[in-house]
Parts: sequence; structure tokens; C-alpha cells
Amino acid sequence: MLKVEHLVVNYGAIKAVKDVSFEVHTGEIVTLIGANGAGKSTILKTISGIMRAKAGTVTYEDKVINLSSASRIVQLGISQVPEGRHVFEGLSVLENLQLGAFTQPRGADISASLEEVFTRFPVLAERRKQDAATLSGGEQQMLAMGRALMAKPKLLLLDEPSMGLSPIYIQKVFDIIKTIHEQGTTVLLIEQNATQALSIADRAYVLASGEVKMTGTGAELLADAQVQAAYLGG
Amino acid sequence: MHTIMQQLINGISLGSIYALLALGYTMVYGIIKLLNFAHGDVYMLGAFWGYFVINYWHFNFIFALISTMAITALVGVIIEFLAYRPLRHAPRVAALITAIGVSYFLENGMSYLYGASARSFPQVIKQHNYHVAGISISNIQIIILGTAIFLMVALQFVIKQTKMGKAMRAVANDPDAAQLVGINPNHVISFTFAIGSALAGAGGVLIGLYYNSIDPLMGMTPGIKAFVAAVVGGIGSIPGASIGGFLIGILETATQAVGLSAYKDAAVYVVLIIILLVLPSGIFGKNKKEKV
Repeated sequence: MLKVEHLVVNYGAIKAVKDVSFEVHTGEIVTLIGANGAGKSTILKTISGIMRAKAGTVTYEDKVINLSSASRIVQLGISQVPEGRHVFEGLSVLENLQLGAFTQPRGADISASLEEVFTRFPVLAERRKQDAATLSGGEQQMLAMGRALMAKPKLLLLDEPSMGLSPIYIQKVFDIIKTIHEQGTTVLLIEQNATQALSIADRAYVLASGEVKMTGTGAELLADAQVQAAYLGG
Repeated sequence: MHTIMQQLINGISLGSIYALLALGYTMVYGIIKLLNFAHGDVYMLGAFWGYFVINYWHFNFIFALISTMAITALVGVIIEFLAYRPLRHAPRVAALITAIGVSYFLENGMSYLYGASARSFPQVIKQHNYHVAGISISNIQIIILGTAIFLMVALQFVIKQTKMGKAMRAVANDPDAAQLVGINPNHVISFTFAIGSALAGAGGVLIGLYYNSIDPLMGMTPGIKAFVAAVVGGIGSIPGASIGGFLIGILETATQAVGLSAYKDAAVYVVLIIILLVLPSGIFGKNKKEKV
């Protein structure tokens, strides 16, 4: 479904991503793990079209998309939940969700998508009129995920969805990722919480200083001594 | 008491025009963090367009106003496309200097084409004065205030209710996240310039009607006052710009009323200085807190 080949991305003068290749197949949960500064977020931003590749290609459903605009990429079915949530503060929860459906064609059933999101995240329904800035971190994460789902993505990119959340919310976030996946959305997940990420992932790639160091199934990497030492705190 | 009421009415009429201008300033700043110093000159172009269509094509007030808004909207979009868009990722000071350049270009271009001398704006609506409880209000003042308020309500509707209005707020709030939901920032920026410039054009026609005189440099001072109004209200804040505009208008007429006509512009700048000292983010400005 998604194929990243020999991707090189510069962040100013820094080579954030050096020759990274990986693949996500339809129906999978794939996770990229690695320390801060490994280039994970840069890769997601490049897939979403808000950063540009210096070299290499991103292919989605057999189309090269690394020159397409961010809005085109959303239309093609890739939505991202950005790191740090980035909800629109000063706008209500409902407006945030409506903006999630920005690229939906005229006549699309937005109220049906809204109902779906509200069923999935009842807290958003309760707070639909509230300013998104007044939500707790966990609620904002729900909102950011709901907003991304409003675009009806085929591939959902999640950038550190558990960052800064309480343990209860972390569990909730991973449960939600699992259900979204079970309902047919392919997921590419970036996490520092490697144990959790690996335990739900079909396959995983380990990144360090802008390169893929290791790859395998979630279970394999979870059991790997090197990965355990470097990323699983043990 | 009568004098105060009278000056208040005069101030509100003038202030509503400043408010229209300040709205464009604040919206453009909110979206691309650019102080568009050519904004006052778009207002001048609006006044000239109104002058020509009323004089030569005999448009009535409503048609003159609507056609002016359409034309200045287009001018605003073109200015952004040619002058500011190539500098989108340049340092902000480059765009600021370009805005000043665009301003000089429009002022001197119009002086070159049509002469620098003032022209009298055609009186498309005959002035009547109504006397209510000893206070005199002209129909022109009522039209100015009515038009300005109508446009502000319409703007509020566009920003709060329409898809493009929500996209505007999204881009102003978080440009990256806006792109991630599929909003094309270029469309939103063009739209913002169109709306802001249309409001400035309307202001130009209204001021022509009010002061009867237009010239190619007429946009300079009101442009700066509208900028002050936007800062006073809290730059980036839409209600702030409206309130700021009214305050500046009232302040200016009040300064004249107490016999300090010569200092009316100075009074505005004094307010700017005080606001920047006491309330640097303006009346409605947000003190942005970083959330960790």
C-alpha cells in the first residue's frame, strides 16, 4: 500500500533521514520505533507532504506521492495524527471535527462520520461545543484522532499518540488504535513507548540516526535482546 | 452633554470606517503574520473606483459599493500573489519591506496616472441632516454606520459558519495541522486577502461619501490608524479590530472637539504607545501559553 524507498530528508542543514526504505501492506499495523531524533516524525511529515524529500520516493497505491500537495495526499486517503496533537485551539470540538472532513466531497455524509466519531469517542460528544483548548491532553488526543478519522483514511499515520498521557489514557489510545485497525484501516504508528507499539504491531522497523537498523515482526523485535536493551528499558 | 453625544456620533461614523480597514489588517496578520502596509492603499483604490463608476457609469451607491468590493478583492488577491507569495518562506522583514514597497507603488502609480491633486467625490446620495433631541445626524452617517455594521456581521458569519471561514481560523491557529486535514493554505490566504481588501474598498467608498474628497495619498494616514486600531484591539483578533476602529474614531473626533485638531493624529499614536506599554497584546489579544 505504502512504499518508502531510499528516502532522504534534510531538516535545515541536518540530514534527519538518510536512505530509509520500508513498506506498509494493506491491513497491517506497522510501527517505527527509535529514540528521539531518529527521524521518525520527519518521515511521517514527508509522507503527509508537509516536508519535502531530498531524494527517494514515497509510493502510495502505485502512485508516487512525494511531490503531491498535503491536501491531495489527504484526498488520496492518508491522514496523520500529528505529534503533540495539534488540535485547533479557539475552535470548538465540533468545528475541529468538521475541519477533519475538509477534503470530503460536497454531498458526503459528514453527519454520519460525526456520529461514528462520537460513538467511538463519547467524551467528544459530551464536549462538542467546548473550545478544544479546554480539553485535557488525553481528550485532545481523542480529538486529534477523531479529526483524522473524519477524512475516512485508508492509511492512518499516528505520530507519538501516547506522548504525555496518563497510563489510563495510554491504554485507551492503544485500544482505540487496535479497533480502528480491526475495522479496516491500515496503520503506521510511531512511538517511543516501544513495548506497547511492538505488542500491537504486525511488523516493525527500528530507526537510529536516520537509518533503519533492524526490522521484523512485532513479536520478534519484542523478544530481541538488542532491542530490549536499547528501547525497552530492560 | 449635547456636544459629547454629537461627537460620539461623529466618532462612531468615522470609527466604523477605521474598523473596516482594521479588520483586513488583523485578518492578514492572523493568517500570515504580515503587516500589510499596502492595505490603506487598497482603500484608496476603492475610493477611486467608486469615483469613476459613479461619475462615468452613473452607478448608484449600492452598485458602486458592490463593484468596488469586487474589484478591490481582486486587487488584494493579485497583490498577494505577485508580491507576497514569492516571499512566503523568506524572513518576515523581507515581506514587510515589500509591503511598504507595494504601498509606494500604488500611491505613486495612481499619482502618475491620475494626478496627485484631490478630487471631489460625487455626491451619489444627497445629504440630509436629521435633528434628534438637539443632535444632528446625517443620512450619510447612518449609511456609513449601517453599511459597516452589515459588513461586520456578514464577516462574522463567513468566519464562524462557512467552511472557508473555519479553514481561515484553522490556518491562523495552526498552519501545519491545517495542512494535515487537507486545507490548501494558498487558497485560504487568497480568500483572506480578497475579503480584507473588499472591506477596505468599501471603506474607501464610504470615506469618499463622508469627506467628499479623495486623492492618491489618502490611504496613508487611515492605513496607519487602522493598524493602530488593530494593535489596540489585539492584532489577529476580529472583534478587537472592530472595537479598536471605533475607539480610534471616537478618540480622533474627541481630540478635535476639545480644540486640538492639529494633534488628532498624534493622539492616536499616543494611544498606540500607551497600549504597547500597558497592554502589549491589546484588548482582545491572546497571551499565548505554551502547553507542554
